[in-house]
Amino acid sequence: MTHALRIIAANPLSLTGLILVLAIVLAAILAPWIAPFPTHNTAVVDFIYANSAPNGRNWMGTDLVGRDIFSRILYAYRISLGLGIVVLIIAAPIGTIVGLLAGYLGGWTESMLMRLVDVFLSIPPLVLAIAVLGVLEPTLTNAMIAVTVMWWPWYARLVYSIARSEREEGYVLAAEVIGAGTPHIAFREILPNCLPAIITKMTLDMGFVIIIASSLSFLGLGVQPPTPDLGSMVAEGARYLPDSWWMTVFPGLAILFAVFGFNLLGDGLRDVLGADE
Amino acid sequence: MSHLLDIQDLHLAFKGLKGVTEVLHGVDLNIAAGERVALVGESGSGKSVTARIVLGLLQETRNARVSGRVAFDGVDITAMPLRDRARLRGTEMSMIFQDPTSSLNPTFTIGNQFAEVMRRRDPGLDQTACNVRAIEMLAEVSIPEPARVLANYPFQLSGGMNQRVMIAMALVNNPKLLLADEPGTALDVSVQAQTLRLMHDLVEKHHTAVLFISHNLGVVREFADRVYVIYRGRIVETGPTDAIFHNPGHAYTRALMDAVPRITGAGLPEVPEVSDDFLAPMVRHEGGAS
Amino acid sequence: MSSVFRILLRRLAISVIVLIGVSMLIFAIARIIPGDPARIALGPNANADQIASLRTEMHLDEPIIAQYGYFVADVMRGNLGQSLYTNRPVTVDIAEFLPATLELVIFAGILMVGLGLPLGILAARHRGRWPDHLVRIGTLLTVSAPSFVWAVILMLLFAFYLPLFPVAGRLDDSYEIARVTGFLTVDTLLAGDFAAFFDALHHLVLPSVALALSGIGQAARLTRANMIETYDKPYIEMAQAFGFYPSRIARRYAFKPSLIPSLTIIGLDFAAMLGNAFLVEAVFAWPGLSRYGVAVILRKDLNAIMGTVLVIALTFLVVNILVDLLIAFLNPRIRHSTRAGS
Repeated sequence: MTHALRIIAANPLSLTGLILVLAIVLAAILAPWIAPFPTHNTAVVDFIYANSAPNGRNWMGTDLVGRDIFSRILYAYRISLGLGIVVLIIAAPIGTIVGLLAGYLGGWTESMLMRLVDVFLSIPPLVLAIAVLGVLEPTLTNAMIAVTVMWWPWYARLVYSIARSEREEGYVLAAEVIGAGTPHIAFREILPNCLPAIITKMTLDMGFVIIIASSLSFLGLGVQPPTPDLGSMVAEGARYLPDSWWMTVFPGLAILFAVFGFNLLGDGLRDVLGADE
Repeated sequence: MSHLLDIQDLHLAFKGLKGVTEVLHGVDLNIAAGERVALVGESGSGKSVTARIVLGLLQETRNARVSGRVAFDGVDITAMPLRDRARLRGTEMSMIFQDPTSSLNPTFTIGNQFAEVMRRRDPGLDQTACNVRAIEMLAEVSIPEPARVLANYPFQLSGGMNQRVMIAMALVNNPKLLLADEPGTALDVSVQAQTLRLMHDLVEKHHTAVLFISHNLGVVREFADRVYVIYRGRIVETGPTDAIFHNPGHAYTRALMDAVPRITGAGLPEVPEVSDDFLAPMVRHEGGAS
Repeated sequence: MSSVFRILLRRLAISVIVLIGVSMLIFAIARIIPGDPARIALGPNANADQIASLRTEMHLDEPIIAQYGYFVADVMRGNLGQSLYTNRPVTVDIAEFLPATLELVIFAGILMVGLGLPLGILAARHRGRWPDHLVRIGTLLTVSAPSFVWAVILMLLFAFYLPLFPVAGRLDDSYEIARVTGFLTVDTLLAGDFAAFFDALHHLVLPSVALALSGIGQAARLTRANMIETYDKPYIEMAQAFGFYPSRIARRYAFKPSLIPSLTIIGLDFAAMLGNAFLVEAVFAWPGLSRYGVAVILRKDLNAIMGTVLVIALTFLVVNILVDLLIAFLNPRIRHSTRAGS
């Protein structure tokens, strides 16, 4: 672990990523305390300061009803990070189990499971999420469900390819000879070899999930106002271009900032753990 | 008598994160026209990099520091600009590598690759003329149905055939010097023997000089006129093949000979212990063009 | 070439299965929602009789398998139902809006390949030096933001502050072009109106760049990684030993073997742009499938949703098949394979 951290720290790019990610995570956790206007994440109005450009009071300006954009961005980070964590915590295990079983058991199980995965994978990800959200009410929970539904196949495919090549390895045959059961072999023997790839992917995926989630809320299909979400903030603000540019640009840059950090970190992890897709 | 290839006091160092690593410590080596010279040593002795320096490949790597003089056909090529140096490759000197199938580009046909090489010498050649010459050359290396082989891709041919294709491609422009880096090592023994016999006949016929790099003493004995033994970046013994084999002078050469399994005479000799005697000064045998 | 044909057949078969799977999935989801589709369709003022007859017409009281059966039969006949949003057959709606989206995606695809691949080659050739660093950081940035963020930034910079490009739409209102294919670049040329043609291109620039940026980054990174791996291969050293110039080696000998592993993912990215087109269309008011799609989703216009999703899934599958064929064509190992299957 310290070895990994040392390698990450040695590379300026991944170190930057680590710093960015830590900064964002801290900002999200501490939002209620560090946000200049903590109440602005709800349906508050403050018309005196409405629609003001970035200044000393509101570092990133205010929106149409006077809410501080900087504070809202901090709270929006909570939503984005939270969503990412929930999605990955559900999607990764589901995908892993499917991939493990398909890769190790082979035969009929393998064909059926991987065909199922193929069906999910052959739809453009965003379209599937949109379709799912189209028929369910657009809320945060449903957005999470939609993104999870779209996400787990990628883990299935990753773990499947690893498990499939691992199943011929000596340690697997040895375990079978001893009479170990399928669950034991799959989870105690093969799974540890998949972990580096899974962890790298999860880090890179955080950024990706943030992008998808913000895209959904940009279209109005995710988190609903007045809860602040980066995507919907960009959408609302886009109507007032170019004059009130700060309303779209800062939330947009916030997305870029976060995803960039996760990508840098994920790239660094990939070098460290040497995992490939 | 002037040599075709004359290497004098060649030094090579690599600059890495931990400082500078010296690989070659003043190597002297020469080859006369039409002569077959072997460079023998273990892995890591520096034999492969020497060949690459002659070709000029290593100088383009950023961390390599090369010094010394390499003269080819009377001209100091270390002083040459890179462009002119590149012109020599493929035309006046060429190289064949260890693993034939992976040394050929998998996405082009044999015929295509041949044509490319031939156009190094004569850029105006059209595909038909190239094919005719290629078929000639392939026949010389005893490849059956050369016309069909031209349309094939490397992965469709066996290792032995690819090796012969590579030899044919290396010799098609009639180079004066052929560098062979452990040829045939990736093939099985009987195919290897065939290939070497073929090479022998060809270079004899075309009067090509050969620098033959190997760790396989049996092969060296068959093929080479003269031998240089290299140990950790220094030449430790040199002389005509027979002299070296009958009378190995240097402690390291003796250790190499002793380590070879008697029955097959092939394989990588693993010299069991390193002794200080290995650092003794060079032993020179008289005779040969040295 | 028969192995190529075999691949094509296999892919077609899989695609059909996938399409069926997709339709079943969406169909199932659509039927789970609470609320009565017939009531929603007729609006709040409908009376019980109207709702009942519409329910019978929509087969809503029959088992779900039967409903699916009716649906499939309709689709086979080219009937995707009526859209509640536009009150037209869904097929007409799609025919009107799909070309705009396709035109955008195709241009973005051209950009992705035309800029992404050369950038990757450039970075690989100058590995470790400043062009490489520049490309690496630049591409990481471009893949780190969703296309609508780039769309907004591009619009601000190049349509407002530097008014180089139009802000929205596909064509200036002053042009009247007869609609033949729905692709403005094609239709304007067919009408012989070059001014309109350039205007259409002018409108295409910002949206396609916004859409393509992420794909360009991906393609460049992938090409770079593959080329670096290829450069380590023995046959590149052999090419150098034969004295070929570095530029020639990069273009000819290293590029083709590197391209093949990248193609699958580039194909996936291209297809993914179909989904992202939604976002760019929204920002640039591009009259494509997105505005239609989002509108019908918000209105729970089931027929339209089904139709749109099916058409997009179909396009996605077609693109994948084309990419597979391209790979088979470029990779001699597959072309000359005597074994069946890909």
